[in-house]
Amino acid sequence: MVSRWVRWIWPVVPVLAALVLTSLMLVLFGAQPLEAFQAMLNGAFGDQSKTLSVLAFWVPLLLCATGLLVTFTSGLWNIGIEGQIILGAVAASWVALRLNAPAPLLIALEIVASMVAGALWAALSAVLKTRGKVHEIFSGLALNNIAIILTNYLISGPWQPPEGGSFRGTQPFQEAALLPLFGESRFSPLSLVLAVVAFGAVVVTLRGTLWGLKLKALGKNLRSAFLLGVSSERELILAMMLCGALAGLGGAVRVLSWFDSLRQSISGGIGFLALLVVMLANYRAFLVPPITLFFSIVLNGSISLQIRTQLHSSLGGILTELMVLFVILFGDAAKLGILPKKKDDE
Amino acid sequence: MKIELRDIRKHFGPVKANDGISLVLESGKIYGLLGENGAGKSTLMKILSGYQPPDSGEILVDDLSQDFASPAQALRTGIGMLYQDPLDIPAFNVKENYLLGRDRKVVLDYDKASQELENLAERFDFDLDLHVQIENLSLGERQQLELARLLVGGAQVLILDEPTTGISAEQKDKLFNFIRKLAGEGGKTIILVSHKLDEVQELCSEALILRKGKLVGKVELPCNNELLVENMFDQVPTRGERPIHKPGDAVLELREVRVPTYRLTVSGINLSVREGEVFGLAGLEGSGQQLVLKACAGLLKTDHGHIFLAGKEITGWSYQRLRQAGIGYVAAGRLEEGLVSGLSITEHLVLSQPTNKFFINWSGSRTLADIRIDQYQIVGRNSTMAENLSGGNQQRLLIALLWESLKLVLLEHPTRGLDVRSADWIWEQLYHRRDTGTAILFMSTDLDEIIERSDRIAVFSGGRMSRIMEARQTTVEEIGHLIGGRA
Repeated sequence: MVSRWVRWIWPVVPVLAALVLTSLMLVLFGAQPLEAFQAMLNGAFGDQSKTLSVLAFWVPLLLCATGLLVTFTSGLWNIGIEGQIILGAVAASWVALRLNAPAPLLIALEIVASMVAGALWAALSAVLKTRGKVHEIFSGLALNNIAIILTNYLISGPWQPPEGGSFRGTQPFQEAALLPLFGESRFSPLSLVLAVVAFGAVVVTLRGTLWGLKLKALGKNLRSAFLLGVSSERELILAMMLCGALAGLGGAVRVLSWFDSLRQSISGGIGFLALLVVMLANYRAFLVPPITLFFSIVLNGSISLQIRTQLHSSLGGILTELMVLFVILFGDAAKLGILPKKKDDE
Repeated sequence: MKIELRDIRKHFGPVKANDGISLVLESGKIYGLLGENGAGKSTLMKILSGYQPPDSGEILVDDLSQDFASPAQALRTGIGMLYQDPLDIPAFNVKENYLLGRDRKVVLDYDKASQELENLAERFDFDLDLHVQIENLSLGERQQLELARLLVGGAQVLILDEPTTGISAEQKDKLFNFIRKLAGEGGKTIILVSHKLDEVQELCSEALILRKGKLVGKVELPCNNELLVENMFDQVPTRGERPIHKPGDAVLELREVRVPTYRLTVSGINLSVREGEVFGLAGLEGSGQQLVLKACAGLLKTDHGHIFLAGKEITGWSYQRLRQAGIGYVAAGRLEEGLVSGLSITEHLVLSQPTNKFFINWSGSRTLADIRIDQYQIVGRNSTMAENLSGGNQQRLLIALLWESLKLVLLEHPTRGLDVRSADWIWEQLYHRRDTGTAILFMSTDLDEIIERSDRIAVFSGGRMSRIMEARQTTVEEIGHLIGGRA
């Protein structure tokens, strides 16, 4: 049947459209599109260290997107995820800079501290929503900025390196505080295990538990869900905190493996990127790992672009953002009337 | 304007809501569209008014085939519909909502809108406060506003889905006279969707009867009511006998309760509902009876007085706590307050049950859902989404979701929009519950229902509660007077 065929092939269309438009832009600037994409692929998979770099970038992104699956299901727009990443990174840095312990204990403490900090930062947004009637988008934006200011203060104030504040970051953490890395790379296998476990747990929670069903009901109709017996305030705060904990863990992975110290822009925008991923996946959990991986490949691949092709590394950003735009524009074939709408119970 | 429908079909999953309906509607006539719940009336009218497209079939307006993409487009063609659940925007005030559908200029002319609305309100004798937000209006008031908006929207064909729900007898007479004028002098086509056979007999010249998605009869009116009922149900339904039940101790007791809200404050409420008693609250929409129900359910705060449940003070308890204590509540807006669009029957059942297991046993839950679907005669499957059920089946689902043993059930309009058989069936279920000692407190604007179903009755008018009457010793006239504020 034609419609079934179209349904399978359709998701590729926005991706192709983004590639075509990016190529057109490249041609306009006098560059060779094929060469650029080749360089991008090379940048991602050229040698082992590059591939590991992709994985290292992928893990915190996957953690954040996993957390956002929970908040999106509950109907919450957790824009504050950037701040939650930062607070997680700050908490892990505090443990790394201030405490002394054997590596396994120190790492465990860092992980717990980052998750608690992220969860509490998220809880602020949630309580402002349920008690103060402040929409989580606004509180999230405000808390993001406060988190950035807090990092800047720490870097240039109490945590500045002994040789003087450079506004770039703290001094490198002690060896025992860093996550064990794979070879010479920035990739920590432990972080991947944590991310995979978190993703699996979230999928099971959303599909198979009563709490997951409550979140789904709240996301679709808060009023009815409340009348059906869902304690809306408690569940919304918990959903937000779970997302915050995972984002905080993502922040810890950033400082403890991608970097080795607390830096100015510690999140590197992966929170916002994760928001796009979950929207792109249209809240379908199984699409989240491949999409986050794809974004990691494109963004990491384009880092070395400038060296090889004289093109700016933001090309990867342009490509991914265009894909998001195209998916939102015509990713849903049914909405465009190309395919018949799916029946709910068939 | 002549309307012709050709072989209209619409399926929702396995449910054939419209199964090949063809009919012709002439201008200047008033049609009554009859059928039991789930017969496909709402679906057919939503198709005609552009709210949803048919799966197949054709709509011809003055012999031209039309394909409506939206209700706005249908209204521009001349077809307007007053929905049972009004389509308005809760956060807007009356004026804004009115302008939204009409004014296409950049700068909105609020003064003109006020003028038009005031004229309309006067013509229909509606009580419209232009500055009130829609969410603070009662369902009945919202219907009035929506009706007024359509009438000036240039509708040549007017579809009225249960338009008399929630307006007084006096207002109904005015409305009916106006509709007759529209059809007679205005040459407009009117379609009245109603369960109230007397209304259809009074107003319409022809009845169109649907059963299970098919057009099964066209009857010239007036005729014998029996003939209509036979066509609707295939057989004449027997009315459930009202069981005699001796009420026991007080389950719910209100002492000097005051419920303040922005628009209306009810105060000095004293009443008690006993074990196995059915207590009816009558009155026009927005007279305060709903506030009392919501206060009993823990959804509105009281600022004076005391509420007791089985002798225990429950004043100020939260909704969830009262639910645990044995109070069940069924609100008026089915898809707004009660059911979740996008969740299946099974999912609703899992959510609402008192069990608190961490993991969901999906296969067990589906089996349980099948049992409930069977027991409560819901037309749908365990995977059917709430929004794809007909109004009557949504109401059945809401009743099916109530916990097994409850001390008290609170209901707003338990049978609004339901046909005789479904309404009777809902009450049968409620009677089963009262036989086990459950007390029932409900509100309705249908006086026949109030008198027929209640043991005792109180009437609300403008936020004041009348004396409490024994249902067997009162009449529709007496209650009618009390509703009008005359004692």
